Amino acid sequence: MAIKKFMYVNRKAPYGTVYALESLEVVLIAAAFDQDVSLAFLDDGVYQIAKGQDTTGIGQKNFSATYRALGDYDINKIFVEQESLDARGMTADDLMPLVYEDEDDDWAEKPSISIVSRTEMAAIMAKQDVTFSF
Amino acid sequence: MAMLHIVNKSPFERVAFESCLGHASEGDSILMIEDATVGAVDGTVFSDLLKAAMADKAVYVLGGDLAARGMSEDRIIDGIKVVDYAGFVDLTADNEKTQSWL
Repeated sequence: MAIKKFMYVNRKAPYGTVYALESLEVVLIAAAFDQDVSLAFLDDGVYQIAKGQDTTGIGQKNFSATYRALGDYDINKIFVEQESLDARGMTADDLMPLVYEDEDDDWAEKPSISIVSRTEMAAIMAKQDVTFSF
Repeated sequence: MAMLHIVNKSPFERVAFESCLGHASEGDSILMIEDATVGAVDGTVFSDLLKAAMADKAVYVLGGDLAARGMSEDRIIDGIKVVDYAGFVDLTADNEKTQSWL
């Protein structure tokens, strides 16, 4: 089967709705199918990978640590939209440092997150074969 | 009669928060919960609108929901009071009426 380009588009903050958690679960399941997977975080989706999430006050499971495991599932193309960060008073420093080990480069640890402009995000989206929206 | 307005939608995604600010009266209180808590952060495209409303309204944010989204209390707009669930209950008891902006 030919490899297709799959993109998961995440646009909602975590915990208030179930979209973020559902997306993460689908991504982890889909990782087993050896497709070309990209994750996009834009609009309120950028809060999903904000560092320092602490859910002790709301009695919900903190699933943010799971994003750190994505690199181990060969999911290392994570695109975050600059304009979305700007609008929310955030910078790249506010995001969790998601990384992967590059098997083609002696397992060197490399960043999975690319901060891209809205224009660049549009171009990346246009290249996909399949888009899942959350 | 003072009213407590409860907002649970992100101001970046829905117009509910903005609509709340447009309809709340002088002396009313506004409480941000769930996804609305990200609106408490300073330096956003929404913060000026909220600051303007704070001139004659009291604004509160539920701390647990803010922390869950990775936003620390030192990032929020000066003058917004952080409350816990007990404070949430106090606000509903202290106000004559409540209105939720779903």
